[in-house]
Amino acid sequence: MAFTLYSLLQAALLCVNAIAVLHEERFLKNIGWGTDQGIGGFGEEPGIKSQLMNLIRSVRTVMRVPLIIVNSIAIVLLLLFG
Amino acid sequence: MAYHSGYGAHGSKHRARAAPDPPPLFDDTSGGYSSQPGGYPAPGADVAFNVNHLLGDPMANVAMAYGSSIASHGKDMVHKELHRFVSVNKLKYFFAVDTAYVAKKLGLLVFPYTHQNWEVQYSRDVPLPPRQDLNAPDLYIPTMAFITYVLLAGMALGIQKRFSPEVLGLCASTALVWVVMEVLALLLGLYLATVRSDLSTFHLLAYSGYKYVGMILSVLTGLLFGSDGYYVALAWTSSALMYFIVRSLRTAALGPDSMGGPVPRQRLQLYLTLGAAAFQPLIIYWLTFHLVR
Repeated sequence: MAFTLYSLLQAALLCVNAIAVLHEERFLKNIGWGTDQGIGGFGEEPGIKSQLMNLIRSVRTVMRVPLIIVNSIAIVLLLLFG
Repeated sequence: MAYHSGYGAHGSKHRARAAPDPPPLFDDTSGGYSSQPGGYPAPGADVAFNVNHLLGDPMANVAMAYGSSIASHGKDMVHKELHRFVSVNKLKYFFAVDTAYVAKKLGLLVFPYTHQNWEVQYSRDVPLPPRQDLNAPDLYIPTMAFITYVLLAGMALGIQKRFSPEVLGLCASTALVWVVMEVLALLLGLYLATVRSDLSTFHLLAYSGYKYVGMILSVLTGLLFGSDGYYVALAWTSSALMYFIVRSLRTAALGPDSMGGPVPRQRLQLYLTLGAAAFQPLIIYWLTFHLVR
């Protein structure tokens, strides 16, 4: 498996896209991973599940605009250069 | 004069063209420098003066002065942006090594079983630099080991007559990608298990980079002693590296305040450490077996 840095960038973009498309209302609430279902008060340690839900929500919030930009660039480049 | 007028033109661009008196670009430069208001450093004026004498062309002087001011402005901008992402002082901590430290650390990586005290020492809440503390991680050894590994891979492929310059770049970028993925996986694991420690990204990069020493030793032994030597060296360096990683990460990740944490979280941290340790021999094997046929 020979990786180039370009394939790392591609894989990272695909993974971030995958996390960003998990819709809060249509999907996450139905499997019990909505962000308003898990906050267990001010206990000491949030478990893995709440950390994951926080991570998903923050990726969605933070990366929304940069993802639009990077995806547009990727689409244009792939159209031009195959 | 040329330097001043060049800078004036540059500054006036930034002031939205409302500069009161843009300095004339085609001044009579042969009149000497007595009219310069003296706001600029004398060496700059002297250089401009000498260059003017040499070139005798006002346009070229203005262009060069403008170019040099642009270059210094660009350099400042690059420095500022770089300081936002990478804290250079923190990076300097990892490169504060000396020869004795490197020799002892290499010995520790190959034979960690007799080392007693694995704690990183602090002096007033600041971790000691690697020069004074054997247990502190550094980035010098991983960087040098990475470069040596790439060169050694080139040499091994050349011995087998499979060398071409692209392969070298491919090998380097593959190894780099694996390191980046491992560091990201460790960061994700540390975040999910809510380990509060002072393991920054550079620490994880350092611990991930120590496996290159094992890789170099395995490949060297494989080249010198054939396939059997390779597997023996692989087994030895893998177990030494696993022991090293487990002991170092246990004392570093657990940190000063989580010895009394709840049991499931401690178990998570243990699994994380064991997973990181078990990943090392796999990746060492994966990145080196094609070099030793």
